[in-house]
Amino acid sequence: MIEGHLTLTKGNFELQSGAFCLPAQGISMLFGRSGCGKSTLLRTMAGLEPDARGHLRFKGQRWQDAAWQLPVPQRDIGFVFQDAALFPHLSVRGNLAFAARRVPSGRADDATDSMAVTASRMGVADLLDQSVTTLSGGQRQRVAIARALLAKPRLLCMDEPLSALDWHAKAELLALIDTLARETGIPVLYITHAPQEVERLADRVIFMQDGRIERIETLHEALSRPDSPLFAEEGPVSVLQGQLGTPGGDGLRHFGNPQLRLRLSLPDDANLSATRLRVLARDVSLATALPQGLSILNQLPATIEAMHDRGRERVTVVCQLADGQTLLAEITRYSCNTLALQNGQRVFALVKSVALMG
Amino acid sequence: MTSLTPGEWQAIWLTAKLAGLTTVILLILCAPLAWWLSRSSSRLANPVAALVSLPLVLPPTVIGFYLLIVLGPQGAVGGTLEALGLHHLAFSFWGILIGSVIYSMPFTVQPLREAFAAIDTRLLDAAATLRAGRLDRFFNLVLPLSRSGILTAVVITFAHTVGEFGVIAMLGGSLPGETRVVSIAIYDYTQALDYGAAHRLSAILLGFSFVTLLLFYAINQRVMSPLKPR
Repeated sequence: MIEGHLTLTKGNFELQSGAFCLPAQGISMLFGRSGCGKSTLLRTMAGLEPDARGHLRFKGQRWQDAAWQLPVPQRDIGFVFQDAALFPHLSVRGNLAFAARRVPSGRADDATDSMAVTASRMGVADLLDQSVTTLSGGQRQRVAIARALLAKPRLLCMDEPLSALDWHAKAELLALIDTLARETGIPVLYITHAPQEVERLADRVIFMQDGRIERIETLHEALSRPDSPLFAEEGPVSVLQGQLGTPGGDGLRHFGNPQLRLRLSLPDDANLSATRLRVLARDVSLATALPQGLSILNQLPATIEAMHDRGRERVTVVCQLADGQTLLAEITRYSCNTLALQNGQRVFALVKSVALMG
Repeated sequence: MTSLTPGEWQAIWLTAKLAGLTTVILLILCAPLAWWLSRSSSRLANPVAALVSLPLVLPPTVIGFYLLIVLGPQGAVGGTLEALGLHHLAFSFWGILIGSVIYSMPFTVQPLREAFAAIDTRLLDAAATLRAGRLDRFFNLVLPLSRSGILTAVVITFAHTVGEFGVIAMLGGSLPGETRVVSIAIYDYTQALDYGAAHRLSAILLGFSFVTLLLFYAINQRVMSPLKPR
């Protein structure tokens, strides 16, 4: 568990986290608008803000108590900064060695975590002798993550590590971070203001606003309420979990599980190990009977669980799919009335488009 | 140009010794001081910075005068030394060394302070999360990242001490082998109307200063280049 209650006044900004408690496992994402205090909270949790007050415990260990702070070097954390913060006077190897050399012998070294293994896992093995000033943005973040991992952290903090990257580097690194978090089992605290990153990576979401933690929810909970802050930009979104199957004779691939089958046409470079599918609610229509003569590939049987008025004559319909997962559809109030939709009614969800995440 | 006399060689050696020792002492003293000045939000920071910078604006005779009083036989420091059975510091090498350290201090502090202030705080944060403590960060991050500022401090401090005159004239007089550095020797020669000797030593100082600065700019460019964004 990570539990605490932290405060910090910095110029005009005030952090008042409120009491919080979250499991020290999986990927927890701090989400909120710029300036809401995500970075300040994460830095405070890492011990990088000497003026912070309050209390914080990590897996039972005292990290902060009133004005007392466990010094940062003793917290066994890894921190990946937005701009990587690589040491410019050292090579890639020098940066990685800086971390590896300072690991106390108590946190014993085993071969699987050696510099060579970590470098190749992060895809920087060929860059070891380069100066860090020659690296691309994506390479810099890979080195920064490798450096943090080599410190043998018990907690990995990432402050918008992908915000400066292009979409291609972003997609690659999201997959990499996902894999390493699952494989190493190191709990991750990850800051982002991009809903797509939350939907791709999060096990749980820490929503922040005006310097305080609003609520902590699992990704499923966060995506189940139509007023979720994750929906501020593109409207409601659903994330469906499943596996990709092999392509059929029609060139389409199945995605899902024994109870749920979607058919996808994928680009050539799609990540075939992806397990999450992103569906915008506005790309989902509802029909009371299975329609004929329709170009839409995916027509999924569903049960209406709830309906929420979103204003401007639009309604978000929460549907439960055959395997229990939730799919949101956004339709007009007019259609809702015309079709006389009711909770518990069986309908067909027509999914116009989906995006494979990763 | 005729060759240098033993007395002139002595003056040159003494000057080099004074400037070298001053530079080493100032680097050791000013590294922590400049670090504190560059990062501190303490109310004391400005008064301390002003105090350290005083030699920039004061006539050297003023500093020399006060030091003469403090370090002399009746002064707080000199008198104490006498009471302990030691010698006071006026008109001695150790006296002008103390004078040089004070007089050249702003030329060490300022480049170091600027170099330290230019270091991105996030690098220090990153090092802390990688288990580097304060001293570890200072020696393995701050100093290597400040190498151009350190080089500047060394060169300017050394050259400035070589060019010192007023403080030494007030505090040290002109004792051969003890306080008679090149600048004092030049003054003495001029007073004695020995323009040939004054020419020799002046030309040496001029040449030395120019070559030093030339080397400094050449090296500085090379030291800086790996840190510049490409």
